[in-house]
Amino acid sequence: MSNKYDIVKPNVKWQDITEGGIMEQPGNAKQFNTGDWRSMMPVWHEEKCKQCLLCYPVCPDASVMVDKETGKMIGIDYEHCKGCGVCTKTCPFGAYDFVENK
Amino acid sequence: MSIRERLSGNEAVATAMKQINPDVVAAFPITPSTEIPQYFSSFVANGQVDTEFVAVESEHSAMSACIGASAAGARAMTATSSNGMSLMWEMLYIAASSRLPIVMNLVNRTVSGPLNIHNDHSDSMGARDSGWIQIYSETNQEAYDNFLMANRIAEHKDVRLPVMICQDGFITSHAIENIELVEDDKVKAFVGEYKAPWALLDANHPVSVGPLDLQAHHYEHKRQQAEAMKNAKKVIQEVAAEFEKMTGRKYDLIEKYMMDDAEIAIVVLNSTAGTAKYVVNQLREKGIKAGLVKPRVFRPFPVDEIADALKNCKAVAVMDKADSLNAASGPLFAEVTSAMFVKGVTSPKVINYIYGLGGRDVKADDIETVYNRLSDIVKTGNVGEVYNYLSVRE
Repeated sequence: MSNKYDIVKPNVKWQDITEGGIMEQPGNAKQFNTGDWRSMMPVWHEEKCKQCLLCYPVCPDASVMVDKETGKMIGIDYEHCKGCGVCTKTCPFGAYDFVENK
Repeated sequence: MSIRERLSGNEAVATAMKQINPDVVAAFPITPSTEIPQYFSSFVANGQVDTEFVAVESEHSAMSACIGASAAGARAMTATSSNGMSLMWEMLYIAASSRLPIVMNLVNRTVSGPLNIHNDHSDSMGARDSGWIQIYSETNQEAYDNFLMANRIAEHKDVRLPVMICQDGFITSHAIENIELVEDDKVKAFVGEYKAPWALLDANHPVSVGPLDLQAHHYEHKRQQAEAMKNAKKVIQEVAAEFEKMTGRKYDLIEKYMMDDAEIAIVVLNSTAGTAKYVVNQLREKGIKAGLVKPRVFRPFPVDEIADALKNCKAVAVMDKADSLNAASGPLFAEVTSAMFVKGVTSPKVINYIYGLGGRDVKADDIETVYNRLSDIVKTGNVGEVYNYLSVRE
């Protein structure tokens, strides 16, 4: 199957677009920057973080970044974080501030 | 040798379904199409087919299940009528825009109300802009033959659109006629295996189906759908030519009956074309040059063929078994006259008759009054009222 992923751009012609809008590549939500939807933002304080990782599974946008090698929380993916604040409410150690997005 | 049988339209379509042996049939009973899933479920129970039969809780679910099955890579079918298809409404558009080659037998019945279970074309005509191919059937034989051709059209790589095969409720669906069936092995060879170009169950090539499609791409997808419908014209003819080789039965986008020298003509769909042919024969014996045009395919609309068939007529009546309730005409009239106009066929006088709504019987005498009216128009040049109700009590 041809991979038409690279042609799904705003200027694609009708002759080249995938049939019925099917998407032929998985995991492509990553290409959609939802970070600019944010009005509030979580700020992570590494020094207060106990690496319990409770914030990781509750994030609806997989924006809590964990290092694959060490298994440790390393920061927030602001390109996709929509600023819902669930991580800040979940953290038992006050390692997050929830502030106006800048 | 083909198999001589006598079957109702519903039996004929259920038999075609059995011979095709689709992967999934999802259906909900509604008069007059109920017998199709009823007969088919007995084939499933008897082990005569391998089909997964999904007894859904509504027609919305029936079409949804067909969409899911088709997107998964299966060959999916259903049958319904009238308000059953009304309940499928939003899914009809999604099936077509997702380019899923689902095949449906629509046993035409009026859409209530007033509440009525009998035949007219308000169900299929209502869905005429949903993106489905629509093929109409005059007889049980045609309902069967059209159904055997449907998958080949729907699944063709240049088309990839759902197909609706229409037959008249009760008149065709419940009347038993002689029929010639094609042998099972020949059907199997003709219809072939379905190989989906993409499929949700193909784990090695994952795809997402039915994504949000906003201003940036929706318009291009509709244009692409329009192209598929244009392509369908040629594919329908190619499949019909192959079918003719197998069976000797010839089909085209439209059927012309006694049209070579016709001065007056009726355009009509489905079973009423049979009654009209009888009337044409009677009129021909009296020396009246009457003819008939039966559009077999309504979607895509055979603009060139219809305009060409009518170009030498002096007067034409387009008969609609559904009213657009637009204070002007029925849908077939609007499309036929539009086709004639854009192709420069403007000399025939054209009138519209709404007929047979809610299953009102339309007899040869009724059809004859239409031809008589056309003869009068030719004689006097006076068209009179364009938008008429045939044989209504008044």
